[in-house]
Amino acid sequence: MGELKYRSKDIGEFVPQPDDDMIVCRCEEVTKGEIRKAVHEGLWTIAEIRRYLRCGMGLCQGQTCAKLVKGIVARELKVSPAELEPATSRAPMRPTEMHVFADETEETDL
Amino acid sequence: MAGRIKTHPILGTQNEDKRVVTFSYDGKEMKGYEGEPIAAALKANGVQVHRYTMKQHKPRGIFCAIGRCTDCVMVVDGEPNVRTCMTPLAEGMDVRTQYGVSDKPFDKQ
Amino acid sequence: MKIERFDLIIVGAGPSGLSAAIEAAKHGMKVVVFDENARPGGQLFKQIHKFFGSKEHKAKIRGFHIGEQLLKEADDLGVRVELNSTVVGLYQDREVVVRMGEEVHHFKGDSIIIATGAAENMVMFDGWNLPGVMGAGAAQTLMNLYGVKPGEKILMLGSGNVGLVVSYQLLQAGCEVVALVDAAPKIGGYGVHAAKVARTGVPFYLSHTIKKAEGDEYVTGVTIAEVDSHFQFIPGTDKHFDVDTICVAVGLSPMSQLLKMAGCEMEDNPKRGGQVPIIGKYGETSVPGIFSAGDVSGIEEASSAMIEGRMSGVVASEYLGFISKEERDEELEKLDNSLDALRQGMFAPKNRGKKIENTEEGIHISENLLKKGYVADDEIERFPGVTHKVGIHPVIECTQNIPCNPCQDACSKHCIKIGSEITALPAVEADSTCINCGMCVASCPGQAIFLVDEDTKDGRATVTLPYEFLPIPKVGDAGIALGRSGQKVCDAVVTNIRTSKAFDGTSLLTISVPKEYAMKARFFKAAD
Repeated sequence: MGELKYRSKDIGEFVPQPDDDMIVCRCEEVTKGEIRKAVHEGLWTIAEIRRYLRCGMGLCQGQTCAKLVKGIVARELKVSPAELEPATSRAPMRPTEMHVFADETEETDL
Repeated sequence: MAGRIKTHPILGTQNEDKRVVTFSYDGKEMKGYEGEPIAAALKANGVQVHRYTMKQHKPRGIFCAIGRCTDCVMVVDGEPNVRTCMTPLAEGMDVRTQYGVSDKPFDKQ
Repeated sequence: MKIERFDLIIVGAGPSGLSAAIEAAKHGMKVVVFDENARPGGQLFKQIHKFFGSKEHKAKIRGFHIGEQLLKEADDLGVRVELNSTVVGLYQDREVVVRMGEEVHHFKGDSIIIATGAAENMVMFDGWNLPGVMGAGAAQTLMNLYGVKPGEKILMLGSGNVGLVVSYQLLQAGCEVVALVDAAPKIGGYGVHAAKVARTGVPFYLSHTIKKAEGDEYVTGVTIAEVDSHFQFIPGTDKHFDVDTICVAVGLSPMSQLLKMAGCEMEDNPKRGGQVPIIGKYGETSVPGIFSAGDVSGIEEASSAMIEGRMSGVVASEYLGFISKEERDEELEKLDNSLDALRQGMFAPKNRGKKIENTEEGIHISENLLKKGYVADDEIERFPGVTHKVGIHPVIECTQNIPCNPCQDACSKHCIKIGSEITALPAVEADSTCINCGMCVASCPGQAIFLVDEDTKDGRATVTLPYEFLPIPKVGDAGIALGRSGQKVCDAVVTNIRTSKAFDGTSLLTISVPKEYAMKARFFKAAD
């Protein structure tokens, strides 16, 4: 992934767009404008954007918006989405309540 | 029940062997088939809005219907964030619109 | 904490996962399949259309019946399918963490096949969060699994096979499809899928996309507008529709997170649909013992997913020594040929994004089909399935090279010839005699075959067409004949209805029309 290679790139100033108030991350209600702004504030990786704005960190874990967010960030950085490292994959892969995740049974009984 | 496909040209009658159960939606009595997803029963009863979002208080409903998007979550038997498209309907269930993560409208929270 | 061991753990009980399980179990492996859903079969049970391909690919069998066959086969072989079992973690040492009910269980697989499939893509437009905007898959789930209409008046965005097939299924469920819209200038899916929607009267709007979903609490309407070659709206091209539902079918993305988590080398490959594992020919990932099969490693059709599943099952069997290398290679060779046959033609993965102007036979492709969803009356005559003859004869409106040949097998009189390359366009043999059995009409997954008698000697003609709607008209019913475009061409009377177990849910409707419309009338609508 070439993310560090374009760190020195000049991506210009944040320019408002008419659809900046469009919700991208449905779970955490993060807008397109917030994501675009974050890129101009220096958050150039999906992992950083996720932590900063919480988009893709809600109940659905980015199932719906991951590709959309990636597209928006890539366009802002003027790179191909394929060049961006996707977010880390980690357990639990699906929304799991803490009490369930901690409930490791003694016996696996299939 | 409106919204149901009575007979399908390929699938025939899809629910004829299922038991009809009564459940409550925001205190209103409704009927659905036992074991079908709560969301399907609500859709058949004409309910579109499942919840209002936390920040912007915007309405949401069924979006993916397979448990991925979590947009259809409601308060079911007192528990919030229940994916209604995945949770089977049972007799006497108490299904409520979710406001943020509560079953109380925002002005009463 | 106890860890249970299996020879093979498969994640996903869809077409590829079940196929993999069947192969592995045949070779004596102890197999478990985990699936997060309450029902097995993945998306197969929502697929109510007949599949393409040839006999070995289960062609002309409806998807849900294929699902039933796979489940039975797996069950007979003693494969364990654990439902409501969500794999929440996969680790490099092939440890699998599964949520089952309110508990978390640990398993160890000496080999692992990830067959988690794909998720629907989305596009954003003003109002895309409103209730009533849903994935085409959601609509399919509601109507085909649960018997609930997704809405009454629906607009479909997306003209790939999913958008086309789901539009047709919405019509079958009794919904009205007001328009089929795609931002691309050309229809993405099979022409035959588009044609069967277009002939019912659904208008296609290519180079158009959604501007706004209207409504405060839920969708009450939608505005679309034309876009230019840079996908920017062209002012003054707005079109409004009253709808209660908007379905979005804009492609699929592999659900490959588990593979990434396990440390498999990944790549972003737009041709395969997004983040996919870098794999060998048979699904071998960079982590020994972890394989992938089906849409998770590249978006294709369920038919190819089943073969990929079987391949990975064979490879996993050899990996653990359940079969020899020779046995493996012998089995893989057969599967290679079978998969290769499916990956030919205009819609093959290798042709994605390419502009194809002529068929393999050198016939210019119908421009109208790509833009409006139907072959124009003046274009249809150039295809080899469209011939004229005295008496009843098949008219095959199959105009694109897709891997499919049930019509050739269906005709016991050898009227229809495709040959050994199953992507070839079917041709009607000149010196053959049609006995009006209707098997070709019912066997065509694209519903592109009609039996036509161009002159019944009374100034009229008869057209027999496939019909999969309710209510089925009765003999003597009067109505109108619609052309390929879905526009009225003439009045028509139903002269025959045939249903048969061999037709598998497709009714054969024969209508009588004035003879000048024999080559134009392609659908029947009963008088209100």
